[in-house]
Amino acid sequence: MWRKKPKRLTLMINRKTQPDFKDAVDFNLELKPYRLFTLDNGVPVYAYHAGAEEVMQLELLFDAGSWYEGKDMVAGATNFLLKNGTTSRSAYQINEHFDFHGAYLNRNCYSETSSLMLHCLTKHLGELLPVMKEVISDSNFPQPELDIYRQNMKQRLEVSEKKCDFIASRMIDVHLYGDRHPYGRYSKASIYDALEREEIVDFHDRFYRNGHCKIFVAGLLPSDLESQLNRAFGQFPFRKESIPRSFIEKQPSPEKHHRIMNDPQGVQGAIRIARPFPGRHHPDFHAAQVLNTLFGGFFGSRLMSNIREDKGYTYGIYSFLQNHLEGSAWMVSTEAGREVCEATIQEVYKEMKTLREEPVDQAELLLVKNYMMGSILGDLDGPFHVIGRWKNIILNGMDESYFYEGLRTIKQVQAGELMELARKYLLPEEFHELVVI
Amino acid sequence: MIKFDRFELRNGLRVLVHQDISTPMAVVNVLYDVGARDEDISKTGFAHLFEHLMFGGSVNIPEYDEPLQRAGGENNAYTTNDLTNYYCQLPAENLETAFWLESDRMLSLAFSEKSLDVQRKVVCEEFREHYINKPYGNAWHLMRELAYSVHPYRWMTIGKELSHIETAKLGDVKAFFQKHYTPSNAILVVAGNVYTDHVRSLAEKWFEDIPPGQRYQRNLPAEPEQRSARRKEVRSKVPLDAFYKSWHMASRLDPRYYTADLITDMLGGGGSSRLYQVLVKEKKLFSNIDCYHFGSHDAGLIAVEGKLVRGVDLEVAEAAVDAELAILTEQGVQEKELIKVKNKTESVMAFEDMSVMSRAGSLAYYEWLGDAQWMNTELERYQAVSVEDIRKESSAIFREENSNTLYYRTDNTAMDVAEETEETDTDD
Repeated sequence: MWRKKPKRLTLMINRKTQPDFKDAVDFNLELKPYRLFTLDNGVPVYAYHAGAEEVMQLELLFDAGSWYEGKDMVAGATNFLLKNGTTSRSAYQINEHFDFHGAYLNRNCYSETSSLMLHCLTKHLGELLPVMKEVISDSNFPQPELDIYRQNMKQRLEVSEKKCDFIASRMIDVHLYGDRHPYGRYSKASIYDALEREEIVDFHDRFYRNGHCKIFVAGLLPSDLESQLNRAFGQFPFRKESIPRSFIEKQPSPEKHHRIMNDPQGVQGAIRIARPFPGRHHPDFHAAQVLNTLFGGFFGSRLMSNIREDKGYTYGIYSFLQNHLEGSAWMVSTEAGREVCEATIQEVYKEMKTLREEPVDQAELLLVKNYMMGSILGDLDGPFHVIGRWKNIILNGMDESYFYEGLRTIKQVQAGELMELARKYLLPEEFHELVVI
Repeated sequence: MIKFDRFELRNGLRVLVHQDISTPMAVVNVLYDVGARDEDISKTGFAHLFEHLMFGGSVNIPEYDEPLQRAGGENNAYTTNDLTNYYCQLPAENLETAFWLESDRMLSLAFSEKSLDVQRKVVCEEFREHYINKPYGNAWHLMRELAYSVHPYRWMTIGKELSHIETAKLGDVKAFFQKHYTPSNAILVVAGNVYTDHVRSLAEKWFEDIPPGQRYQRNLPAEPEQRSARRKEVRSKVPLDAFYKSWHMASRLDPRYYTADLITDMLGGGGSSRLYQVLVKEKKLFSNIDCYHFGSHDAGLIAVEGKLVRGVDLEVAEAAVDAELAILTEQGVQEKELIKVKNKTESVMAFEDMSVMSRAGSLAYYEWLGDAQWMNTELERYQAVSVEDIRKESSAIFREENSNTLYYRTDNTAMDVAEETEETDTDD
């Protein structure tokens, strides 16, 4: 009996046509809410409790990005050296403590914010919080640690500077924002040499110990999370309000066409083509995300289909909107064979032209929309992804309507609107164009 | 505990189903038991090139990606020296689209000249991007050739040289498909918001009429035991001297594998590991150092790799590494350090198991190794490793005659990416 059924089925199958499927644009996606509470000192905690494994992540996010530094790299050095020694523990002892519990304490410095992120098994949180508290209250930045950091970062930089993609990513930001803007500033050996311990101690005091902090926590959370966090972080004299960012003018380079020879023997060129874009608050943002996806935002995009899958010029080509809080950029990025770099750039402009002049056909647009919805659906899988979305929304000073507005745009945007948008933004003369070999 | 159901189709295709209804998504993972080790020495890089061609259209479907994206799905694939793995994720309601796509390309490819032509170029760019146009990019190419004399781990997955990829012919592609891409050489895992009965009927509908093909009988030359140290030096236009040293270790299915894995964590995993603490922080000889292995199926390599602080001699750096290894082999470890690396292993596994896609991949991998159920007993195998095992195994591995050393010297006058200057192989 059992065996016959599949046989009948196999006779009926049609391998030529795609089986019935539901358009992902018809799905109703939900961004599940976080729980918000505040610690005794006013620190907001955004908590998302979910998951199947007994794991969690806890992020302390400070207004301590490079925007706030008085001298280049001080914010980054402070952030990096946070776990390299306190008044009662050496760098080794701190590392040993987290390693012993199978936990990871990572730190990251961005333009606006700076993060201290813990990943651990939920059962170990109680053992780890006191040391996390200590690195905020009692980090003492020993001079030998700073010296090792300086030496090793300089060496790492030297290796990176041999790579065309590293130089290209650095220089396109310089062309877009100027090298004095936090989005365009970059590290140099001389800057590492100039770092002084006192500046780091001072930055830590102002922007960590007495700074502004938000907490994002997700995973399978312990029931006494609130009191645990209060014990660890609720007594710091943190500032209630975000620390205002001073106005720093962007200084894009007037010349838009750049070629750099970094390695005369290089066999590839790193290409970056970018223009300023207003950012997430702009009414065009959500539709621009759809247009970007069509243009170069996924594997089936116009750029990838043409330049990789038809011409074989590159292993991959993408376009994306940079994620900055204060205005961003729309960028195309790829590494292509040295002798086909200029041809690649011409194809990029050709694809812009097509988007400006021909409305995307319905089937392709629906494919892009389905892909985007499916991708958001897949990305909401798991508590760390959910809190990540919320963090982005909160840091941009927005609420869940941003998320739902994005979905609505994906579902409703029409080919004509996308063509209008392409005419407004995908104009080659407004793009900075850079090749680094 | 990861639960799953398992059944086999009449053509030999093994199917595993793992249900997780907390996600709206489904994952379809197809693992083929073929990797770079199955290649002909004159046609290396082929398994990986072939992986690219699997997206160039199948017998009934002109293009793989488009219909998947239309159904809200995404996909990727990778090739290692041992295996090739394809996976996609899509809304569970559209699961059948994945069955349609995966079964058609297991049935037969379109074998288009255009696709071969383009993917040859794409893979050559991948080769250039990762292994030529990057400082130290060829280090493992050199190390593999030094450490392996006969086993096909001698070459990297990307291939020995660009010309092997550039000259790949459509006939090779067809032969490779017929030999390796058969139901009996594959494992299908379906995970996420799915039900076994439904998966079973879909599997029977889409996969069961694919001819079983021949089960590929692997017969690779075993690497003979290394009896004397091998050394090599290159000079290249890199900014810093770099040090690479590797030692042969047990195969993936050998119980000693777990001991070796924990040893790499003690030596090079994280800020409190031995090599980092002593050689980077205390002695300031290296600006970074790591210890790792590849987890390969056949007998593999443990490696130590680091860049030297400018001004430090490679000989001095090597002696310091050897001294640290001697401390491990002679004095062994304390229980506390062993517990630390076991805790890390437990935590890594828990984080890996968070995503359905990763669980699906792990199930396919363990089934390929021998039994998907091992995924649930893996931690016990690590827990069983004793202080004595660490001492014994580290003594067995870190013998000079079992080692391969590569000095990657900076030379700003060098024209070529890595010019060989000296090779000594005192092997009898």
